[in-house]
Amino acid sequence: MARIDVRKTYKLYIGGAFPRSESGHSYEVQDSKGKFVANAALASRKDVRDAVVAARKAFPGWSSRTAYNRAQILYRIAEVMEDRRAQFVQAVQQSEGGTAAAAGRQVDEAIDRLVWYAGWADKLAQVVGNANPVAGPFFNHSAPEPTGVVGVLAPQSSSLLGLVSVVAPVIVTGNTAVVVSSYSRPLPAVTFSEVMATSDVPGGVVNVLTGDAAPLGPWLAAHMDVNAIDLCGVAGDDELSTALEVAAADNLKRVRRAPAAEPDWSADPALSTMTDFVETKTVWHPIGV
Amino acid sequence: MPPTVSTDQGSSPGLAAYADVTASETSLRRFLHGLPGVDQVGAEARAAQLGTRSIKTTAKAHALDLAITMVDLTTLEGQDTPGKVRALANKALRPDPADPTCPSVAAVCVYGDMVADVKAVVGDNVNVAAVATAFPSGRASMEIKLADTRDAVAAGADEIDMVIDRGAFLAGHYLQVFEEIVAVREACQRADGTHAHLKVIMETGELQTYDNVRRASWLSMLAGGDFIKTSTGKVQPAATLPVTLVMLEAVRDFREATGVQIGVKPAGGIRTSKDAIKYLVMVNEVAGPDWLTPDWFRFGASTLLNELLMQRTKLTTGRYSGPDYFTLD
Repeated sequence: MARIDVRKTYKLYIGGAFPRSESGHSYEVQDSKGKFVANAALASRKDVRDAVVAARKAFPGWSSRTAYNRAQILYRIAEVMEDRRAQFVQAVQQSEGGTAAAAGRQVDEAIDRLVWYAGWADKLAQVVGNANPVAGPFFNHSAPEPTGVVGVLAPQSSSLLGLVSVVAPVIVTGNTAVVVSSYSRPLPAVTFSEVMATSDVPGGVVNVLTGDAAPLGPWLAAHMDVNAIDLCGVAGDDELSTALEVAAADNLKRVRRAPAAEPDWSADPALSTMTDFVETKTVWHPIGV
Repeated sequence: MPPTVSTDQGSSPGLAAYADVTASETSLRRFLHGLPGVDQVGAEARAAQLGTRSIKTTAKAHALDLAITMVDLTTLEGQDTPGKVRALANKALRPDPADPTCPSVAAVCVYGDMVADVKAVVGDNVNVAAVATAFPSGRASMEIKLADTRDAVAAGADEIDMVIDRGAFLAGHYLQVFEEIVAVREACQRADGTHAHLKVIMETGELQTYDNVRRASWLSMLAGGDFIKTSTGKVQPAATLPVTLVMLEAVRDFREATGVQIGVKPAGGIRTSKDAIKYLVMVNEVAGPDWLTPDWFRFGASTLLNELLMQRTKLTTGRYSGPDYFTLD
């Protein structure tokens, strides 16, 4: 006898829990050939609001962890992803099309990228921090510190590698993130949330909203309690990305501008993916006499 | 406009009918135990149901402003310094310095020894409330409680928040509690014949049952309290919607029976503007719109004010605000 499909309706990931959208809305997700796959929650502005509150609450704890500990946790995410590799391969292939081998390469690269960023957790300060020579009896040194809550509009086409490539650099330095996933390819992001829920990442450090970046972006960009925003997800839409930059200027958010088109995610990332979301703290310390 | 302090209500003809009720321990007990019992499940369901009302746009803007004018901005910590209460008093006058249309709060609530510091800042623009009678436990001799009250009134307090003796109440010594409230009420009297508004804190978290809350409400009202207040804020649970529902029913019934209107003040545990709006809905539905003014309904709160201001800013600017833009208390 033929078994009946289990048709899934996925939820959001906010503050370590999986709530439905406050609006109660969901939307159909199709695979690359236009066939129904599952329902995903359609996040509303109030979900953005709740996610920012959760991220703000998680920030003091996450940013005060040692860099070494954050590295361990990022590495742990990579480990758990590796365990669920088959599920990711299927999700990526369904979303992006292509062969299983191509999807497998995407997943491998995503896992490798997490390991790569995990390594940076306790090394970034050595590379971008500095002992500054000053003309006075002071030790003067600069070090990067996390900026706070970062809004991330994740890339629309690269559903897993792109997602990991924008989320990992934000959290590795101690920021917390509110991520709006790809609209038409949200399922790898949903599975990624499930991984984070089970891999020592404190609740609220990463919050994943499945939904449309166009209506959600302005709320995130104008939110006075968000410290920075990555506009990658609206790449190619000049009008919207300009409007978001203007909205973000109200509380002097750090903005990572939208590229003209989605970049090639397989290239080695630049350090600026991390340094765009840190503040440089400079300390003057009197030399004892 | 600060809420006015009402004149003496003790001589109301309606109250006189209850003179024999409060004449002896037995009659008072018979009366209080004769009050109809509270349907616990029903009260909780009713409170939950009223909490589902959707208040949006202009109604929400009105509700937020109303809630701000009803806040008794409170600091009751051992670590209160004159500087801190002065800062709080300034905040009470102008809760949102960036927006001149934002109304003042109803009162600043402090310990009795801080009254003069607050009064120096707010003058007559905002009321000053003082907690008295060995707040928060109420465990002291009667002389000390009365001296505490007189001190605060002499220092210029417009309102006195007293605690009842919960031990005596739970032991069934209702007349003792009654006489204490009457005595404190007399201590609120000023030389010029007016009296400081008396709020009676029942500490509902320690009263165990809704029936006791109803009894304590009637007891406090019969004894001449101008307000009945849920909690000190030092005991969990503090104010809850069902408890406030029972108290609102009590003040409604009391006015029907005696013609005397009594105010209600939930205090402690009200932190979000959504909660505050739920309370306002309940006031309107249970007691009636007559109670929807700062003269008859108050919120005892500290963190609530910033939440209300953030929501207010969200409505006026169209974008979500953050805690960075309001003062820490």
